[in-house]
Amino acid sequence: MYDIIIVGGGVIGCSIARTLSKYDKKIGLIEKNYEICQETTKANSAIVHGGYDCKPGSLKAKMNVKGNSMFPELSKDLDFTFNKIGSLVLAFSEDEMKTVEELYNRGIENKVQGLEIIDAKRVKEIEPKVSDQVVGALYCASAGVVDPFNLTYAMMENAMDNGVELFTETELIGLEKNHDGILVKTNNGDFQTKYVINAAGLYSDKIANMGGDYDFNIIPTKGVYRLFDKKKSDTINTVLFQTPTERGKGVLVTATYDGNTMIGPTSDKIGTVEDTTTESESLAIIDKLGKLSVPDLNPKNTIRVFTGVRAKPNTGDFMIYASKNMEGLVHCGGIESPGLVSAPAIAEYVEEILIENGMDTKKNPNYNPKRKGIVRISELSTEEKSEKIKENPAYGKIICRCETVSEGEIIEAIRRNAGAKTVDGVKRRVRAGMGRCQGGFCGPRVIEILARELNIDPTEVRKDLSGSKIVERHLKK
Amino acid sequence: MLNYDLVVIGGGPAGLAAAVEAKKNGIDSILIIERDRELGGILNQCIHSGFGLHEFKEELAGPEYAQRFIDQVNELGIEYILNTMVIELNKDKEIIALSEDGLINIGAKSIVLAMGCRERTAGAVAMNGYRPAGVYTAGMAQRMMNMEGLMVGKEVVIYGSGDIGLIMARRMTLEGAKVKCVVEISPQSSGLNRNIAQCLNDYDIPLYLSHNINKVHGKEKIEGVTICKVDEKWQPIKGTEQYFSCDTLLLSIGLIPENELTVNAGIEIGEVTNGPKVKSNMETSMEGVFSCGNVLHVHDIVDFVTKESRVAGKNAADYIKGINDSDGKKLFETEAGNGVSYVIPNYVVSGGKDGANLYFRSRKPYKKVEVKVLIGDKVIKTKKMPAMIPSEMVNIPLSPEEIANLNDKIKVEVKEIGK
Repeated sequence: MYDIIIVGGGVIGCSIARTLSKYDKKIGLIEKNYEICQETTKANSAIVHGGYDCKPGSLKAKMNVKGNSMFPELSKDLDFTFNKIGSLVLAFSEDEMKTVEELYNRGIENKVQGLEIIDAKRVKEIEPKVSDQVVGALYCASAGVVDPFNLTYAMMENAMDNGVELFTETELIGLEKNHDGILVKTNNGDFQTKYVINAAGLYSDKIANMGGDYDFNIIPTKGVYRLFDKKKSDTINTVLFQTPTERGKGVLVTATYDGNTMIGPTSDKIGTVEDTTTESESLAIIDKLGKLSVPDLNPKNTIRVFTGVRAKPNTGDFMIYASKNMEGLVHCGGIESPGLVSAPAIAEYVEEILIENGMDTKKNPNYNPKRKGIVRISELSTEEKSEKIKENPAYGKIICRCETVSEGEIIEAIRRNAGAKTVDGVKRRVRAGMGRCQGGFCGPRVIEILARELNIDPTEVRKDLSGSKIVERHLKK
Repeated sequence: MLNYDLVVIGGGPAGLAAAVEAKKNGIDSILIIERDRELGGILNQCIHSGFGLHEFKEELAGPEYAQRFIDQVNELGIEYILNTMVIELNKDKEIIALSEDGLINIGAKSIVLAMGCRERTAGAVAMNGYRPAGVYTAGMAQRMMNMEGLMVGKEVVIYGSGDIGLIMARRMTLEGAKVKCVVEISPQSSGLNRNIAQCLNDYDIPLYLSHNINKVHGKEKIEGVTICKVDEKWQPIKGTEQYFSCDTLLLSIGLIPENELTVNAGIEIGEVTNGPKVKSNMETSMEGVFSCGNVLHVHDIVDFVTKESRVAGKNAADYIKGINDSDGKKLFETEAGNGVSYVIPNYVVSGGKDGANLYFRSRKPYKKVEVKVLIGDKVIKTKKMPAMIPSEMVNIPLSPEEIANLNDKIKVEVKEIGK
């Protein structure tokens, strides 16, 4: 008998798991994929938004601004990268400056910290690579970029440290109300629980339907991105937005948490939430728009293109509420942008809803909110490197040349709670294969280490999703 | 801190040949640093034959070719360390490397950069569709098959006609896979003619020139590709689509020299080659630091790498002995003239004691050409060739006498001389 079953191992589900792990409860998180962090959380802009563009009074505005204020401490507690590098909304005409002012006023109303309207000269000081056409900008000092993967893994690892159980490859197929609460039916057996939290992202509307709720639909909308090599010539320092127009929010050019430059996303309505295809037409669009902000960007330096799908709700706001049809069911639906920054605030909001709905608040006596991240050999000082290698020689054995990732780090990524089971899982945790050769050199080594650590045959190792096996068979031995 | 006269970064064919040559020229304190588990570099995964025709006048497999140099390294007692990755090279010629034994600081009088190259990846070509499993660079698949004993697939399409891709077409066929086709966006192959003949034609594998991959099908694992014809501007031509089912897509779309260390050390890099700019003695813009092999520019045959690396090794040895062939002498730039994409070395040392070996490639395929080497407006050498293609590097040596009294730029140009 569970107290709480959380559906979905994205950043929202994992944040909720971690927040609720402070209570003395039996909590399970079910994820249909092979690993956590394999859908919307793995492919987005990775931005900790300030919160000035959300409609005042909306749940989005509240969650964003609160979430933003939680990031500095959270990143320390959970040891993931959050770089408060600030954002600029660039205006290229006096007309656009008016929009910048509107955004500023809206931001003040939303109680956003660190907002300022600045002139072209200041813009160029902050970000010399911005186009000379710039007239001014809205500067938001509280915005930044985050490592979205390690944010999510950190939440889940910490939740598991505090007793939460994780069930991967476990897909929800039905919800049934009974006298003990809710029976959660999955392809991996049934779970009897008091509360169910729907944090199923792209599938949150379908899960809501299972509980008899039809208040919102997900409009699948995809975004195409281009990620650049870490060449010094392409490096930028901030998050650059364009002034929103009737045509949309514009394309952003941003530094990533690790110092690559990235452009995107498009915003195309698509037929299904499964469609993460990338088209050359979309890339041409982001290239053209990206150049308006930073003319020097050269697509030749691309190392990866990718596409994410937003869990866009037709209601225009996050749908976080307790079901009226099924007691004990709480929805966290339609979490599109700014969902990533809102995640920790959403988790606390869900906590309040559960308490309002009768959850007792007996504390978990063993709760520890802190988690230590995987050591990054490339970031250590000379002395620290030597010490770490002396402690364990595997940290001196470099597997990924481009990002200087050691075997020790990869082993740690696999052995941890909610550890890596796939080549991409290793990549997202420790960056092996995230660099300019994209795993061309380290791929075979990572497969070998995964097979050894997971005690499986190399033919069983996956790239990412369940059906993504890499090796066909052994050649003659 | 350890100190050596010469440190060679990279234990592939370039690094090995340079070290051997330096040793033969009287340098005893030499260290080769290799990041992989064994010496020999990428040659270890090239188990096909065809290596050494120029160098040894016989046909060797890649590991055999490498072994000849590994044997010399051992016989000459040259020191090397494996599983060691150089993470930094600074302006004082100090090296920091990481290994299981810890962090190593090494000082050197002279350094040879021989780090090789890497393959261009899928991100560089941005195909339409998903990013499923089953898409590999040809070199990665080659390593998996030939060194790890793991077969990557059954039905294969190859994108790009680089040599590694062509060789993998044959290799996978021999292991029982069906190679459906090789798709090349250019009107000509980027691989050697002999590989087209021996790896594709001999096995009836079609090569689709002026074709592009329109779409990659399959989300978790690749299921197929749609290819189509392209016009001169590489734009797809409607109605020419063809579908091929496959569980494997190999990319053979070019190689890029691995110069992160070089760039971070502040050494000047050439725009076309993506490798360090070198003088005719193979010295980079950092005094006493030499370079050779694929880290300098991508070669199509290893025999040329060996030849070039000997020059680097010998000059590194001279430098250690206090003779710097470029010191105090005038340098003249080389220029890629009509029809030529680049020339290595980037500078020729006037009066250089070993002359200069010019390596270059044509911009496009030519039939019947005359290659001219000019100093200023004066033609000093001509070479008639029945054909010239970008994938085949050409070498013209200049003797010490020919560059004894340089007074102007050296230009290489190609002129078609008709049918």
